[in-house]
Amino acid sequence: MKVAVVVFPGSNCDADVAHAVEVTIGASVEMVWHASESLPAGTDLVILPGGFSYGDYLRCGAMAARSSIMKGVKRFASSGGLVLGICNGFQILTEAKMLRGVFLPNRTLSFICRPCTLRVERDDTPFTLRYKIGQVVHFPIAHHEGLYYLDKDELDALEKRRQVVFRYATPTGEATDEANPNGALNNIAGMVNEGGNVLGLIPHPERASEPVLGSVDGALMWQSISEWIKGGGAH
Amino acid sequence: MNHRTLGLRDEEFDAIVEGLGREPNETELHLFSVMWSEHCSYKSTRRLLRLFPKEGKSVVQGPGENAGIVDVGDGWGAAFKVESHNHPSAVEPYQGAATGVGGIIRDILAMGAQPTASMDGLFFGREGARSTRRLSDGIIRGVGDYGNCVGVPTVGGKTAYDPSYDENPLVNAFCLGLVRLDRVIKSSTAASGQVAVLIGSPTGRDGIGGATFASVELADETKSSRPQVQIGDPFAEKLLVECCLELVGLGAVVSMQDMGAGGITSSASEVAAKSGVSVNIELDRVPLREEGMAPWEIALSESQERMLLIVQKKDMELVESVAAKWGLNCAPIGTTTPGDRFVLKYKGNVVADVPASLLGGGCPEISWPSLPPEDLNDRQCLGAEQTKPPKGWEDAIVSLLSHPNWADKSWIYEQYDHMVQINTIVGPGSPVTLLRIKPNGRFLALVMESDPWKCRLDPFSGGAETVAKGLRALAVCGAVPLGMTDCLNFPSPEKPDQFWELEEAVRGMATACREMACPVVSGNVSLYNETSKSKILPTPLACIVGLVDSLEDFLPSGRWKEGNRLFLVGSPGGSLAGSAYQHVFSGKPRGVPVPFDAQKEKSFLERAAKTAKSRVAESALALAGGGLALALAKEAIESGKGAQVNFDAEAKPELLLFGEGGPRAIYAIPPDKAAAFCHIWQGFPVSHIGKVGGSELSVNGLFKVRLEKLIRAWRRP
Repeated sequence: MKVAVVVFPGSNCDADVAHAVEVTIGASVEMVWHASESLPAGTDLVILPGGFSYGDYLRCGAMAARSSIMKGVKRFASSGGLVLGICNGFQILTEAKMLRGVFLPNRTLSFICRPCTLRVERDDTPFTLRYKIGQVVHFPIAHHEGLYYLDKDELDALEKRRQVVFRYATPTGEATDEANPNGALNNIAGMVNEGGNVLGLIPHPERASEPVLGSVDGALMWQSISEWIKGGGAH
Repeated sequence: MNHRTLGLRDEEFDAIVEGLGREPNETELHLFSVMWSEHCSYKSTRRLLRLFPKEGKSVVQGPGENAGIVDVGDGWGAAFKVESHNHPSAVEPYQGAATGVGGIIRDILAMGAQPTASMDGLFFGREGARSTRRLSDGIIRGVGDYGNCVGVPTVGGKTAYDPSYDENPLVNAFCLGLVRLDRVIKSSTAASGQVAVLIGSPTGRDGIGGATFASVELADETKSSRPQVQIGDPFAEKLLVECCLELVGLGAVVSMQDMGAGGITSSASEVAAKSGVSVNIELDRVPLREEGMAPWEIALSESQERMLLIVQKKDMELVESVAAKWGLNCAPIGTTTPGDRFVLKYKGNVVADVPASLLGGGCPEISWPSLPPEDLNDRQCLGAEQTKPPKGWEDAIVSLLSHPNWADKSWIYEQYDHMVQINTIVGPGSPVTLLRIKPNGRFLALVMESDPWKCRLDPFSGGAETVAKGLRALAVCGAVPLGMTDCLNFPSPEKPDQFWELEEAVRGMATACREMACPVVSGNVSLYNETSKSKILPTPLACIVGLVDSLEDFLPSGRWKEGNRLFLVGSPGGSLAGSAYQHVFSGKPRGVPVPFDAQKEKSFLERAAKTAKSRVAESALALAGGGLALALAKEAIESGKGAQVNFDAEAKPELLLFGEGGPRAIYAIPPDKAAAFCHIWQGFPVSHIGKVGGSELSVNGLFKVRLEKLIRAWRRP
């Protein structure tokens, strides 16, 4: 399996995510510089990693969404390729209009870095085959703008189309307000596009992919993707 | 321009004239004023710093470089250093703290190392005071925003509150990086015929004279000091780090220097002096962000996010192309030639030409008069009000747990990304931070310690205790210490009693380091932390780095299991002098702290290391602030389990519960391993004090408190 990790100036989880997919599923990883116009031939998965692309001095992800490589990423996604945006990567996907919604500052107005629990909402996406609906997983969070926002009608439509894949939840799996670290609408932590091949996720699965890090729940995501690719994407 | 207005003393001016064989011109005078400032020259402390032991079997690079390096095995080293950014943070808390983080990251980078972890020692004034709120908010945001954006995790640190820091907040920034030992870069490796290249942000007027500013007392009118504070840009730093590491990986860097304090002058003259070459800088080649800067301003600007690289001529094209990839300025601003000169040219004219070794190493040492404080006896006399028992023991422990100095600090460290780079195994909030070393599968253990209140009473014991506390914590968790870095935060050395405190504290630290075989590989001195109204407590800070071979060898805290037997090793009771108990209940430290006992410490360290290795214990915690009571409470809170503690000891309850000092720890042992545990501790005071279980913590019938109440107090909702 071939994974392309896009490196924007300011990305800081690029090496982490590359390490995670290498050690968990033995994927071959290529780091792709933001100024490239296209993805490496044979790419199975594109990851937009976390960090502060271009310093995020404008809106988070706004500059990165307009970089050269994003044309290639969009082409790849529109032909059904798998794209995963984590944290800043999710923000970039929304700025690039590959996913709906916008991000606002956390309701605490401060950066939050801590372990977090999520409830899995779907087990039929290429990213979540190895999870079960209702399963509670532990992924850490680290962000300043994680409040996912969408207007009411669009939010309802999103829910109706079952695009929400992960929700912030209590350890027993309830999506309560207390379990919501940033105020995201409907406790949304991760969602897919209508085609199901582009996932945006605010928590960091790469920080939960090895036993030594205290959680291996993230490894299930890499395994899911690997399984889906091996099956020719025919799930 | 008079030398005195630039902060140079008459004898220093005379030494400059003698060294040059003539009077310096104005530009040269500016250069000397910065390079001979306390901050750059260590003129008041050089003599004291010689007391520190610098040798050790793991030491690869001792003091004198941008950072020290210790061997962490399999061809890898850890470069680390701690540095103060106190004065800028007092004036402009957000930028002061942010640029403190940025500067120490570049020091680590300058060794060719990948910055991997940060820690911060923050000392604030009275909790609740408006000025404290303003300063601490800015400082904490500054640390977080910079570290988060640059992608270096903040994995631990220390935060303390005391009125002495009201107008003198301390920001001590520590950074550690990993480096392949065959790729270490030094400032002493430049040779003649090479190019000096400036990479990074354009140079502006920010931060001119910052090093001199850091070397005097803070004036009341701090606004006038604003231009001396630099402005941080973590995004630019991230690009700079990536760019320099890429160049190091390509083997294109001969030598590298951070351009922090003293700017081009200190970085270029340091390379020249250490490598034994001349450096000729053409100031008009420096990319500027402001117009009309005078040559001395360009030479001394402390604009952030810049590095000076010494490269071979043949590599220039490569260097330019890598810098262009990262979108950074890359300007060849000078050359190296044989000799010992530091030459600045501007528009074809030589504006300064001085011996590099004189500029960097010629400042005469100062022996300030040293006298014990007149009120020392008074300080060391334990008055009745200091030992008064509280209204109730339960109230006492709850008050202590909820005091900002000892309460949960997650509200601070959750604002810092402490997990990026996915190495953090045990993060902030724990007495010892544990990081994995990806390249060799081993683990680094880090501690940061300071004990200003005990240093105030007895700076020798306080200094020794600071080091000992760190070493005890490492030994208890199973780490072998490799080396230490220190930050000596003190008020003005010009007052004899204050210089005495500095001298004694360093003697205490050095004694502990020598006796306990912990070499000092780097460090920093910050003096003049006082205003006309207040001055800081003597605050030496120690950061110690240790190594753990495998995760099974690491003995954590906060892992009590139902039915575990609890043991106290070390003497029951301690001293209340300078304790958390005094801080909370009488406000003023008084009395004589427990003196340093090298034999006892060594014996403790040996047994603690053996205990961790033999894996007989479930959980362990070295006693520190708050004594036995706080250690028990914290173990209980973290484990989510209560305990019944009951044991005989002659000490008074307040000493038993809250006394501090000396080597002590509590261990939780499964019943079937108790005999093996006691065997290891034979010949050292060890007492079976109780049993883990239930949802209450009770101690000797003095108090019985529900776990939920302890958690609530500690979390301070």
